[in-house]
Amino acid sequence: MLRFLIRRVLGAIAVIFAISILVFLIFNVVPATNPAQRIAGKNATPTLIKNVEKEWGFDKSLPEQYWTQMKLIFTGKVTSYSQAHINVDKRIEEGIPATASLCIGAAVIWLTFGFIFGYFSAIRAGGYTDKALTVLALVGISMPVFWLASLMLYYFTYKLEIFPNSGYVSLSNPWQWFTHLVLPWISLAILYAGFYSRVLRSSMLDVMNEDYVRTARAKGLSQRKVMTRHVLRNSLIPVITLFGLDFGVLIGGGAIVTESLFNIEGVGLFTAEALKQQDFPSIMAITLFGAFFIVLFNILVDVAYAYLDPRIRLGASAT
Amino acid sequence: MNDFEAVSPGGDAASEVGSGLDSDGSRVVDADGGDGRQSGGPWAIAWRRLRRNKFALFALFVFFLILICCLLAPVWADHVADTGPNTTHTLEKLHEGSEVKEVVEPSGKAIGPQWFSAGGKFFLGADGHLGRDEMVRLLYGGRSSLFIGIVAAIITTFLAVVFGLLSGFYGGFTDTVISRAMDVIWAFPVVLLAIAIGIVLAVGGLVIGPLHVKSSSLWIPTLIIGFVYTPYMARPLRGEVLALREKEFIEAAVAQGAGAFRIMFIELLPNLISTIIVFFTLNIANNMLLEAVLSYLGAGVQPPSSSWGTMISEGFEALYSQPLLTIIPGTAILLTVLSVNIFGDGLRDALDPKSKVRFEARAGTSDPDAIGPV
Repeated sequence: MLRFLIRRVLGAIAVIFAISILVFLIFNVVPATNPAQRIAGKNATPTLIKNVEKEWGFDKSLPEQYWTQMKLIFTGKVTSYSQAHINVDKRIEEGIPATASLCIGAAVIWLTFGFIFGYFSAIRAGGYTDKALTVLALVGISMPVFWLASLMLYYFTYKLEIFPNSGYVSLSNPWQWFTHLVLPWISLAILYAGFYSRVLRSSMLDVMNEDYVRTARAKGLSQRKVMTRHVLRNSLIPVITLFGLDFGVLIGGGAIVTESLFNIEGVGLFTAEALKQQDFPSIMAITLFGAFFIVLFNILVDVAYAYLDPRIRLGASAT
Repeated sequence: MNDFEAVSPGGDAASEVGSGLDSDGSRVVDADGGDGRQSGGPWAIAWRRLRRNKFALFALFVFFLILICCLLAPVWADHVADTGPNTTHTLEKLHEGSEVKEVVEPSGKAIGPQWFSAGGKFFLGADGHLGRDEMVRLLYGGRSSLFIGIVAAIITTFLAVVFGLLSGFYGGFTDTVISRAMDVIWAFPVVLLAIAIGIVLAVGGLVIGPLHVKSSSLWIPTLIIGFVYTPYMARPLRGEVLALREKEFIEAAVAQGAGAFRIMFIELLPNLISTIIVFFTLNIANNMLLEAVLSYLGAGVQPPSSSWGTMISEGFEALYSQPLLTIIPGTAILLTVLSVNIFGDGLRDALDPKSKVRFEARAGTSDPDAIGPV
């Protein structure tokens, strides 16, 4: 197990390194304009531009630039010049509670509904329940988050005033925290609920064709027991993989649209603001931060697998 | 291939007699497959199965309807609404019989949907302060959104097929390089990668040697979206190539002295077509959603071009006074993407060999218990 873990962590470090190079190239080589000018903002004084040039190493060679910039980002010294000289890493850190509240709540909703819909869709495959649930899931997948969010905002917070208007209230006031987050949770969860129910359905249908399911039936287990103990359990692997990935993306600032629609002061809203200001240092830091979370959750998923299924552990360390 | 042939005679007979009345199961049970009649290849089977799925065909019809409407945008603009997508009507007044309405009230609230009462002008009302015709903007915005969705899907498919074939067929070093590169993009959140590239290009445009693409060009979001989704399609294709490479027909082609190029494009590619078609269709839906997100965040379509995403972005600022400006383009995206997704889902059921396995299983030909209570 330890060897497996070390292998995975080393692999992850390599991926993060590759990603950091990709991000560096995107922000430093692709653009056609002067990078220091861009970072300093539109109305920057020449001295500021000079300072930025020095701070970000634009006067040096590319590898040195890479080193200087990564040192800035990973030691938490990035300053956003277009957004009132705030410290970017600190701002990301402050955004994490709000983002985490949003993502965890949404994940609970989407997993619950994804499982219920997927399960019933699979055990009634081909029937009318399945068809209705399939259409419902496709609607969820196809729904742009703006559409649902703006409808809910308009009707529930403005017309009917059932829910408070957007914003984020910290967990120290649990009831306010909850009511402010209900609508964002729903609008974020719908897409994933639809998607997960589709994945679980097709995974369950695959598992139903396995020999051990026939064996389970042959030894006289009831339909319900076959489904829950054998089929459902064994069809969880793709769902767990997806969940690790999706959750990592969301925590790393992937819920940009939801956060900015509902004005939740998390990492996503910060990203949206940075985009509006074309604030490159912030976007660069956020992108790396997001990639870091994806890689982290990937490792967690792999460890969970290896824990659940010894075959994976042995197979991976044998190669 | 034998599997296909075992099913197809029955399917054919049934479709001639019952013209699609029967459910999947009863058809195969009816068929004894003993008449030995061939009924076309797998394509004919796929088409018959798709044709039975009326819902999917209806979705395809809706998609083409939307596509045609958007293509006809200039007709509506010139002959019905008599205005352009970026023409402002701030100070104009509408005369309806004895009633006179201002297009934009002094408070900044624009006129609501007029349907045909103004002869098709301001069919869906006007947008915000500028008083532009919402219907005309919707149609022109749809052209951008659909263009991006479809062309980006073509780019993704092209890149994914080339990379998938190269890496699956050659293996070794080529495979390692391509797969690792794909892994890195894969490990990257799609939206973050797209906005990172999008915002960089939105500032200065794209310069490749002598070629300069302006930042307002639709090609920039198209290329970005086409690029970021490539690994999601190349990976499964590579997997399929790896499996196909071991088959006898490839060995036969190698034994005949066929070159690598011939094997990849003449022997392997046709076997990937059904996967490619399904991915391509579903890719269009994803692309349109990603376009909306990018444009909403300012990293996609740049003014003066507009798309459904930019319309939502502009409309959302006035959500409480004019909710329709957000809901109309949002609904347009929802309908288009939903129709593509439903059709893609039907297409996958029709083409996917795995669903054929289930289909036989349900009919009791190979494994009576495999499917549970149907």
